[in-house]
Amino acid sequence: MADKTYDVIIIGAGVVGSMVARFLSRFKLDILLIEKDSDIGMGASSANTAIVHAGYDPKPGTLKAEMNVLGNQMFDQLAGELNFSFERRGDYVVAIGPEEFTKLEALRQQGLENGVPGMVIIDGADVRRREPNINPEVSGALWATTGGICDPFGVVVAAAENAVVNGVTLMTETAFQDFIMEGRRIVGIKTNRGDFNSRWVVNSAGMYSDEVMHKAGLRPEFKITPRKGEYYVFDKAEITINNVLFPVPSATSKGILVTTTVHGNTIIGPNALEIDDREDRSITREGLDEIWQGAINLVPSLSLRYSIAEFAGLRPGGNAPCANPDVKYNKDFIIEIPKEVSGLVNLGGIESPGLSSSPAIAARVVELLRGAGEKLEEKPDWDPIRRARPRFRDMSPTEQKLLVENDASYGRIICRCENVTEGEIVAEIHAPVPARTYDAIKRRTWLGTGRCQGGFDTARVVEILARELGVSPLEISKKGKGSEFLVRPTKDKEGEQC
Amino acid sequence: MLKEKYDVIVIGAGPAGLAAAIEAKKTGAQDVLVIERAQELGGILQQCIHNGFGLQIFKRDMPGPAYAQHYIDELSGLHVDTLLDAMALNVTSERHVYVTSRTAGFLELDTRALVLAMGCRERTRAQIALPGTRPAGVYTAGTAQRFVNIEGFMPGKRFVILGSGDIGMIMARRLTFEGAKVERVLEIMPFLTGLTRNYVQCLLDYDIPLQLQHTVKRIIGNNRVEAIESVQIDKQRQPIPGTEEIIPCDTLLLSVGLIPENELSRKAGVALDPVTAGPFVDEKMQTNVPGIFAAGNVVHVYDLVDWVTQAGLLCGRNAAQYAIAERKHQGRRVRMKAGDNVRYVVPHVLDKESLAESAQRLQMRVTLPIEEPVWVEVMNGEERITRKTELYVRPGEMVNIDIPQSAYDAVQRASELSVRVVRR
Repeated sequence: MADKTYDVIIIGAGVVGSMVARFLSRFKLDILLIEKDSDIGMGASSANTAIVHAGYDPKPGTLKAEMNVLGNQMFDQLAGELNFSFERRGDYVVAIGPEEFTKLEALRQQGLENGVPGMVIIDGADVRRREPNINPEVSGALWATTGGICDPFGVVVAAAENAVVNGVTLMTETAFQDFIMEGRRIVGIKTNRGDFNSRWVVNSAGMYSDEVMHKAGLRPEFKITPRKGEYYVFDKAEITINNVLFPVPSATSKGILVTTTVHGNTIIGPNALEIDDREDRSITREGLDEIWQGAINLVPSLSLRYSIAEFAGLRPGGNAPCANPDVKYNKDFIIEIPKEVSGLVNLGGIESPGLSSSPAIAARVVELLRGAGEKLEEKPDWDPIRRARPRFRDMSPTEQKLLVENDASYGRIICRCENVTEGEIVAEIHAPVPARTYDAIKRRTWLGTGRCQGGFDTARVVEILARELGVSPLEISKKGKGSEFLVRPTKDKEGEQC
Repeated sequence: MLKEKYDVIVIGAGPAGLAAAIEAKKTGAQDVLVIERAQELGGILQQCIHNGFGLQIFKRDMPGPAYAQHYIDELSGLHVDTLLDAMALNVTSERHVYVTSRTAGFLELDTRALVLAMGCRERTRAQIALPGTRPAGVYTAGTAQRFVNIEGFMPGKRFVILGSGDIGMIMARRLTFEGAKVERVLEIMPFLTGLTRNYVQCLLDYDIPLQLQHTVKRIIGNNRVEAIESVQIDKQRQPIPGTEEIIPCDTLLLSVGLIPENELSRKAGVALDPVTAGPFVDEKMQTNVPGIFAAGNVVHVYDLVDWVTQAGLLCGRNAAQYAIAERKHQGRRVRMKAGDNVRYVVPHVLDKESLAESAQRLQMRVTLPIEEPVWVEVMNGEERITRKTELYVRPGEMVNIDIPQSAYDAVQRASELSVRVVRR
């Protein structure tokens, strides 16, 4: 392997790494995308609020503000090309009581400074009309028409898949260990799967972006602090919230939202708790209580009786000062080609609004490489379109009938709550970015996310995965090695095999 | 070969559905269809290989599959249609059923009476908001039961079971048989929630400790369950500090209750009782939607399968009677068809008996104008029922004709009447 030299190695296949891979796949470059986990997008990209932010929140002058607003504008075209779910339905910052109302104008001004178009302040009656379940004490809202919701994991899969179809090599379960340096020039990386040479390396390691840059001797003071956010998910048959509802933000957080999702479920959350453990996605009693209190302040009629899931995600919060010394802010994104070493595109602290910013960050990486003298010649056969696969539950009965007539495996429902078919599961197992674990299939098809939480489908999915991958059911895992579902055959089964 | 319209369609072939289908057929329903999502009949009974079924009805202690087999055998002698490995996707209040299946394809069926017998599902970890990580190794007791009894695999080696429901206690014994270690059963309530006989036969006899007023405080382990932390709770269900205990295990089973499965019922407009989470039913097991009946765990969660069977029998009988009445009524109906130069006729359907009361007026519009005298004729095939004359007809002007009471006998012979407008 050591004799081959890649043009670019991208460390980390979250939304940022996958998007960078997709944008760079347009050019005549030999690209390797590596991911330490069993699947792409298992970090911050897998558990978040799924919002494409308008961009009024970040402090003006920061990279966060710039990337957010630019990224937001790119989503319509991107969703069209990559065929992921995206709805630009606008969002609301809801003021409860007269005092909060006075803060909306300042937020609007901040948005204007960031270049956010289409913000309107509406009165309480108007908010009540648009969202009948809102707290009756509502005094008004900042309506940001460019806000949107998306399937965040769908964005990652679509971007990575389009990159792979356009020639990018993806390796999962491949963990970065160190850089290979020649003086102050990076010439490759060491991983658990061997060494790889490369002219450029992109650090998009998310939660571990600080450790990666420290290996290159960069920004020793930069530190990622995981900030945990917990969520409740509600049964879509029971509660329907039509909109994205933010509270008036505090100094430290955008606050606890009540929002709809592209899958139709209402979700509430997140809280924001700084922790030490970068893998701690546990949910806590205290955290759930906190988000519950925040949510019922916006929508008092919510009922915990209709909660069908809880989850937690981690934001990789950084401590980088804003590149512009006039702006006092020390949690900014890092998007740079550092002077100290050559051959590195360094991304760090890409937390919220990282999903919204990801296309703009990818476009900025292209600019940075061009600025560093890369010719970036376009491939004549680059295909910007990622084709969507059938989604049974989103179809009309007529379309469903046609699909089943065409391929009978779409006639067999495996997930009864979300109506996911065997055909969809098999398609994901054999897709350009294959799903090889239960959770990988869950994130792609939304199977197991409904009210029975996989009670019905788990055994069936284990069977299908084993059959399609040609392995024993004992090897099938929830999310990679060490999370296998089954430990051994029963005595009867053992006897059968003898 | 499936029919497009049934007297009774039963959704679900568990104990309630089997009983309903059998009794519907015996009561006189002509065409009965059972739709089942599994590849065989019997529902969840097929994975309940333990004893304890049939004591009330058969005065015998039977395992689940044997109990189911009794009804499967009875059903198979009755010419009831079955559709296996098939999922009912949607049901309308007009009893139009959408079904999809790998073997039979995507189907739309109609039925005079519908029996909802979808049973119930298990409450999940999420519904009791269990804190901690989300590793592999957290299963509902029923999912674990399927792995062990149907698939032939053990989902763990060292178990803690939360909840003293029947499936949990039965699984404690079953897993012990298979060589696993069940550390203990935790129950948040101060009393057992399952049957006492299961406590004696499944826990006491195998020295599996039951701790009342205890729950899981959190789940530990990122990839696979490594342990759970248990805690004692007080009368207000608040954790008592200092009573926490880390119990090493690789699997947590949940037996924390069952919820009637009513997503289809809801789509059909069936009103649900917030307490049972099942449909409101009358003494015939009919829901608020006429012709839609429900039986078994879909209505409320039962303790013994024998009572589920009885509810299914009652429901099947009433569904059949509803369908028979509906069929009789349908035989009295005659469809009105637009014939030559007629665009439509209102009413679309006529009750033949209505002529016993009075003449019946038909209203229509013509397709093309005829500027000379015409006959407006009501026909049963080639037989004329009645006619009248008009000097002209134009599409802008509605045409009427009355079927007189004297036509009563002629109309009785018809299944369809057509109206035409022809030149004299």
